[in-house]
Formats: sequence, C-alpha cells, structure tokens
Amino acid sequence: METPAILAEALTKRYRPDAPPAVDMLSFRMPRGATWGLLGGNGAGKTTTIAMLLGLLVPSGGRVTVLGHDMARDRFAALARMNFSSPYIALPARISVAENLRVYAHLYDVPQAEKRIVELAAQLQLTELLDRPAGELSAGQKTRVALAKALVNRPELLLLDEPTASLDPDTGDWVRGWLERYRAETGCSILLASHNMAEVERLCDHVLMLKQGSAVDEGSPAALLAKYGRDDLEQVFLDIARGRPREAMPA
Amino acid sequence: MNRAALRRIWGLVYRHLALYRRSWPRVLELMYWPVLQMVVWGFVTAFLAGVQNNTASLAAGMLLGGALLWEVALRSQMGFSISFLEEIWSRNLGHIFVSPLRPRELVAGLMAMSLIRVVVGVAPAVLLAWLFYAFGLFAMGPVVVAFLVALLLMGWAVALGVTSLLLRFGAGAETLAWSVLFGLTPFACVFYPVGVLPAWLQPVALALPAAHVFEGMRAALLQGSIAWGHLGTAFALDAAWLAAMALVFMRQFQTARVRGALLNIGE
Repeated sequence: METPAILAEALTKRYRPDAPPAVDMLSFRMPRGATWGLLGGNGAGKTTTIAMLLGLLVPSGGRVTVLGHDMARDRFAALARMNFSSPYIALPARISVAENLRVYAHLYDVPQAEKRIVELAAQLQLTELLDRPAGELSAGQKTRVALAKALVNRPELLLLDEPTASLDPDTGDWVRGWLERYRAETGCSILLASHNMAEVERLCDHVLMLKQGSAVDEGSPAALLAKYGRDDLEQVFLDIARGRPREAMPA
Repeated sequence: MNRAALRRIWGLVYRHLALYRRSWPRVLELMYWPVLQMVVWGFVTAFLAGVQNNTASLAAGMLLGGALLWEVALRSQMGFSISFLEEIWSRNLGHIFVSPLRPRELVAGLMAMSLIRVVVGVAPAVLLAWLFYAFGLFAMGPVVVAFLVALLLMGWAVALGVTSLLLRFGAGAETLAWSVLFGLTPFACVFYPVGVLPAWLQPVALALPAAHVFEGMRAALLQGSIAWGHLGTAFALDAAWLAAMALVFMRQFQTARVRGALLNIGE
C-alpha cells in the first residue's frame, strides 16, 4: 500500500498541562494526490495541527508521519519534500521577489534555481515583479509570491493556511484556479486550512471538520452536504460550529 | 558538512547580503560605532601622548589596540544576534524553520554573517587608526590574528546566549543584543590588567576569554612576547563557553518547539 501523504495518529497538543488540549487525539490518513480541507472556527486547532505537521510544534502525544517520514525523528527529510504558505508569515520585505525566491531555492537545494525561478515567475505572472522589493507589492501579488516560494522545491505536499485570505474575489478565484491546475498537472497533495467555504467546496475532495481540537466530522463536500441536508458548506460549518442537533436541521 | 548543507547556509547568508545591498543605512551602521570609537580613543591617546611628551607612547598602543580588539568581540556578538533579529523583525522565522535548514546550519549562517559584519565594520576603524594615529594593529605581530579569532569566538558564544533569550522571550529581549557585551567590558579588562580589579572580581574576569586576550595584547605590546598561557586559556574558555551556549541554544530551540514559540516570535 502506498504511504500516505500525511498520517496523523492520536495527535494531541496541550500548551499547558492544566489547559484543555488545543488538539485532542486527532487521527487521519490523507492519501497521496488528494486535496483536503481543514475546517473549523477560530481556536478549533487548525493552526496547531498544521504546525505539528510541519514540525514547528512538538506534539504532546501521538505521532505524525509525512511522506513516510516520522516527524519526531526525521523531520528534515520530510521538510525537503514539502512546503508551506501562510499570509500570516511574511517574506523579507526589503529584498526583491527574485532574491526571496533565490534564498528559498538555496534553502531547499533546488537544482537549476534560476531556471526554476523564471519558470515559476512566468506561471504565476510574476516576471514583471521579480526586481521589486517584496514589501512594495499588493496583497494579491504577495500571495502569488508566497505561492511561488511554496512551490520552489516542487513539493509533493503543500500545506496552505488560508491561501486566499484578504484577496479580492477576482484574485482569489485566479489563485484557486491556479491551484486546481497545479494539482492536476503535478499530482501534488494539498492540505489547506480555510475559512472560505466556497473555496473548500471547489478545491477539496475531502474535508476534516475540527471543533475544540477534535475531528467532529469528515467526508467529501458532497457527502457532508447530503449528510447535513444543506446547500453549501457554510451552513454545514455553522451547524457544526454552533452544535445544532441534526434533527433541528431542515429536511 | 555536505554540499546541500553548505548551500542552505549560503541561502541564509545570501538573504542578509541582499538586504545590505538594498539598505545603505544598515551598511553605515556597521561602520559607524567602530569608527566613532576609534576617533574618540584616538584623541584620548593623542592627549595622553602629549602629556607624556612621547608620541610613540606604549599607552597609546594599548588604548587603541584595546579599543580595536574589543570592537571585534562587540561586532561579532552583535552581527550574530542582529542577523537573527532581522528574521524576527521581518516575520520570516516561520518560513526558515519549516525549511530543511537545520539549527546548526542556522547557527553557521549567523556566524558567517557575523564574520562579514566584523570585517566590514572594523576594517575602516583599523585603517583610520593607521592613517591618523599611526597605530598599526598588526604591529603586535602575527599573534594578533589569534587575538582576533579568540574574540570572534567569544562574541559568538555570547550571541548564542542572547539568541537563546530571543527564542525564549521574543523581540522583548532584543535590547540585550546591543547591551550584553558592553556590560562585560569592565570584566574583560580591555584597558587595564586583571590585577587592577578587586581580588573577589578577578575570578569573574579570568573566566572570560577576553581578559586573557587583553593580557596577551599587553604582553605583546609591552614586552614583545607571546603570552602562550593566556592565549591557550582564552581558546580553552572559548571552547567551553561555545559548547555551553550551544547546549543552551539547542535546549531553548527545542523548548520553543514545545511551547509553540516558533510560530509567533515577536514582541
């Protein structure tokens, strides 16, 4: 059987011994080539889960295996094969887009780095921006640069934290379309955390619903809509977030 | 260290060099304090030399030599710590820590940046001392290279401690990056022998590599001899402090991973 992109086993994180767990016994197996959505309200444990998957955060219990590598013992081997993008973690603002991409091409030991940068710039419409300082770009341009950084090493697994946050609908749609094409072309596995339900519905073939650190439901967007008898994922999300009993839901 | 590791270290160094290329105030800041120190100590030395009616005063050499060598330790520590702070200020640490860059490679990259900053910062001051005050740092002989290396290593040891505090307390501890080594100046015995200190303070001074370097510098300038004992002790202390601070850094890095501090190091 092919090793999964991500295998989380009873993953638990407590920031303090006396505090409730931020993530509580979370287990899932995300297959290669899939796009999964991590949904949940603020404080549901999405960021903590992603941080543990990235090895930024040591779990209090349980185990994470990424692309076959145990993150407790062999995280650097996994990190070389994956990448991450978040609007909440910036790229150095004073250096140019090309310099930023060059830095990460070196950090990820990308062969033929300059060729890769030119290729990514063309794909993500960044060619005209390569010499501009990253801090002088618009939100949409910064998102595209962050995406280029996340793709510089041709990752087999991409973790995206709110990839279209603060983007206008047109740019957000462009990014979603681009991610769809990228996955189709490369077979890259994608795990994204998002508050944009339409985005999750469009991009994800499986959704993991988190509440207070635990997975409360999961399934394909279509299956969840059918299960909750709703027309869109936003309503499903609200049902779960507000703990509405299923019998109170519309038929 | 394999080729990929060297490339990752270069990636970190390249990021800082690119920053300096685009920020002349940062480059100016590198040279500002060493040059200012040299101007002040140059005039003090000229005054003392005049009082003694001896322009080739040995005191001049000790003051200028002390000021220049101590700048190496200061710039070495600041170069390392401030390069790490640059990553905090640019909110880039999250990306760095999820890349395959190992903590030891991060440290190596910061050491390389520190070395570059020392050369760029101190070289103009050395040139100034030679041109305006006729003081050649290398007049002490080749042993000066050993002094420079010993002080560079001490700066790195202190910087590892400061960086550990930054990992623990975030940018709230950043003033330490500028001040911590200044606080050690009285015990480093830059301008006076260790024997001048009260007896109870002397063990503190002798635990610092710098105090032995400056004893060695005075031996070179006053007696024209190499104080091998002090030099050896300086390097032994450097090794001990570096090993201890590296352990503290690694422990603090792991603690930061447990606490989740790497996600949001900031104020």
